[in-house]
Amino acid sequence: MSTVTGVPGATPKYTKKDFESDQDVRWCPGCGDYAILSAVQKSMPDLGIPKEDIVFISGIGCSSRFPYYMNTYGFHTIHGRAPALATGLKLARPELKVFVVTGDGDGLSIGGNHLLHVLRRNVDVTILLFNNRIYGLTKGQYSPTSELGKVTKSTPMGSADRPLSPCVFALAAGATYVARTVDRSIAHMEETLKRASRHKGAAFVEILQNCNVYNDLAWNVLYATRPTGPPPPCSPSSGRPSIRSRSAPCSARKARRRTREFSSSRSRRPSRIAAPVTSRSSCCQVRPGRSDSALPARITGFIVTESILPALPRRAGLVFSWPT
Amino acid sequence: MIISHLGDLKTGGILIVNTAAFDQRNLEKAGYPKDEKGLPKNPLTDPGLAEKYRLYQVDIGAMTKKSLEDLPLNAKEKERCKNFFALGLVSWIYTRPLDPTLDAIKKRFAKNPTFVEANIRVLKAGHAFGETAEMFSEHYGIEPAEMAPGLYRSMTGNRALAWGLLAAAERTNIPIVFGAYPITPASSILEELALHKRWRVRTFQAEDEIAAVTSAIGASFGGALGVTASSGPGIALKGEGIGLAVMAELPLVVFDIQRGGPSTGLPTKTEQADLMQALYGRNSESPIVVIAPCTPGDCFYIAYEAVRIAIKYMVPVMVLSDGYLANGSEPWLIPDVKTLPDIDVAFRSEKEGFAPYLRDPATLARPWVRPGTPGLEHRIGGIEKQDGTGNISYEPDNHDHMVRTRAEKVRRVAQEIPATVVNGPESGDVLVVGWGGTYGAITAAVEEAQMEGKAVASAHIRHLNPLPPDLGQILRQYRRVLVPEINSGQLVRVLRAEYLVDAVGFNRVRGMPLASQEILEAIHQLLEAKS
Repeated sequence: MSTVTGVPGATPKYTKKDFESDQDVRWCPGCGDYAILSAVQKSMPDLGIPKEDIVFISGIGCSSRFPYYMNTYGFHTIHGRAPALATGLKLARPELKVFVVTGDGDGLSIGGNHLLHVLRRNVDVTILLFNNRIYGLTKGQYSPTSELGKVTKSTPMGSADRPLSPCVFALAAGATYVARTVDRSIAHMEETLKRASRHKGAAFVEILQNCNVYNDLAWNVLYATRPTGPPPPCSPSSGRPSIRSRSAPCSARKARRRTREFSSSRSRRPSRIAAPVTSRSSCCQVRPGRSDSALPARITGFIVTESILPALPRRAGLVFSWPT
Repeated sequence: MIISHLGDLKTGGILIVNTAAFDQRNLEKAGYPKDEKGLPKNPLTDPGLAEKYRLYQVDIGAMTKKSLEDLPLNAKEKERCKNFFALGLVSWIYTRPLDPTLDAIKKRFAKNPTFVEANIRVLKAGHAFGETAEMFSEHYGIEPAEMAPGLYRSMTGNRALAWGLLAAAERTNIPIVFGAYPITPASSILEELALHKRWRVRTFQAEDEIAAVTSAIGASFGGALGVTASSGPGIALKGEGIGLAVMAELPLVVFDIQRGGPSTGLPTKTEQADLMQALYGRNSESPIVVIAPCTPGDCFYIAYEAVRIAIKYMVPVMVLSDGYLANGSEPWLIPDVKTLPDIDVAFRSEKEGFAPYLRDPATLARPWVRPGTPGLEHRIGGIEKQDGTGNISYEPDNHDHMVRTRAEKVRRVAQEIPATVVNGPESGDVLVVGWGGTYGAITAAVEEAQMEGKAVASAHIRHLNPLPPDLGQILRQYRRVLVPEINSGQLVRVLRAEYLVDAVGFNRVRGMPLASQEILEAIHQLLEAKS
């Protein structure tokens, strides 16, 4: 199933099972984290390094229960501080393969500062941010990625905050690798994780995750158009984005109108509203006519943008990495 | 000058004033009150001044100018030399040799021979003035201090802390990862360590205080020794992080260079009011080891000891220094590093029978495992865990057991504490107990009381948690216990609670070190007080 890269004969050939710990997995039935765990475990053998050199560091949240279910070294730390601990660990042991597992609350609320700096410093870690647009562990408060107007236990009259986009945040921090995947496609996650792990420097991966108890179907728009397979390979070398467009035409005006409705402060339970479908693309695509200097990146995968990414066009799906 | 500092001079003390500075313009600037004519009142004309102090009015300004008449310096430069006149004069009063000062002048102003010539002339002029002007009825000699033979260097407290870490890193052979955020008065530790890349220390200026402590903890998790340093406000921020180190039972060293508080407080002034924060500044029962140096040079040994205890007991250790020790200096005898105690570092590699929270029978420390060790993969975290296995556990009896075990582990550090040194009779009327930077003032006060024939002794505590095992017994040998502190009474409360002894505090929170005179007064008062 997975091949071993690296020095032949030096590293044992691992399977997914080697990375399953002996602990009962305690996430809610139907939680998207099960799929993520499976995808991560499947992607581990591809690293081609001894199991004992892998460390998972997490903060606090449902996402951050992750290390207990991985049969590697792990440290479940304090809310928001995992990137700082990971930085200290890399200072002591630069040769270890370090993953940071965080969530939209842990990473962008209390941990925003540390996330900013670990990306700015380009510390050689792989950051997995499970974005479910809610605080799940504490039972349903809104998070920095919750939509404007979101009704939750702590915002009964609708949130007055505009959401933050994790990918835009990472880009602004100067991240050298930004990717996005979704819990509904294990194949897509697996491939994305493998590529992110190979990156030298800080790799940021946002994983759109469904919390079926406190924010079910928050990513509803995506499940209609989710990728059915792994992202296609990208043409390397030149650094110029490759253009292969097979997307169906999408009405920009219609999308904009729906976006306005979507983000009105009077909205209730936006996940039930037919949110605008912003892209039917399932392949590599780049905005035509845009010069390379704006995005000196190699397109390597696929994400879907929504109205919460005002800076990026509503049609394009992008995963990008910078040469380091 | 007179307005702000005269209170520091004891009655009958020597007060030398440069009359040239007491002109009308300066008096106005200094804010002296005006008389009926609208002229500021010259304090030198107050007869009370000469009655209270030995007042010497010297026109230092004019004499400095006169001695530099023929030199090619402008008026401002000539005036700047006047401090050397004062130094020369004081050198004569205390019969100090001029040679060290002359050497220093030649070295310091080597690039400018005119300055060298000028300063030397003025220094000698001041010295000669003391000798020839028949103003001074007394002058003093100072006996050489009794100091152990060896090579000395001037050492400040913060540099000593840094060097103590370097010495410990050399002895352990594991790197020290020092994560810190700049804060007065701790920044110079980061700056000093950053210079020493070739020794086994990696410095990291973190983005904030919490990142500083958590990066140190991450490093300790990785098998290095994590160290962080800050002052009161930063330690407050690090509370949750230190608590994680308590739960994860990882070695961590935290330097708290105390300063005036609360909040931003007085960043450049000294205080020792963080003892309670060190003992209790984390949620729940979160005991850590707390130790405190007593002089700038002692900081070296305290830092070394902090590393040794942190590793041996797998526990956070907080060092309580203060701004006075950090920036103050003293001659420091360079130790023979071979005489420093051993620091054993044993990373676990044996797979058989391994569990993350197995305990050493003597220290209760859990094994230290370096990630990267095959077969020992495990997960730790801040959630309560079952003793031994390390699996998450909410079981009621287990939690009670773990709370007691963590407390007992800290208590076991008492076996590292040497016998308490008492300066004075083994029993008597008053025992003065102090900690931290008050060592010098307390010792001076107690020795003066002893010379007066009083049955007074002093004991200075370097280990604040756990306390020295013999301390209770020692306290009970004296009729009263006095605890001078630069806070509102923190160690005194600990002693009262721990030993049920009626200890009394002497507390001044002025942002200044305590003066030996005020401690002596407090001793007298306590001696006279009805029990």
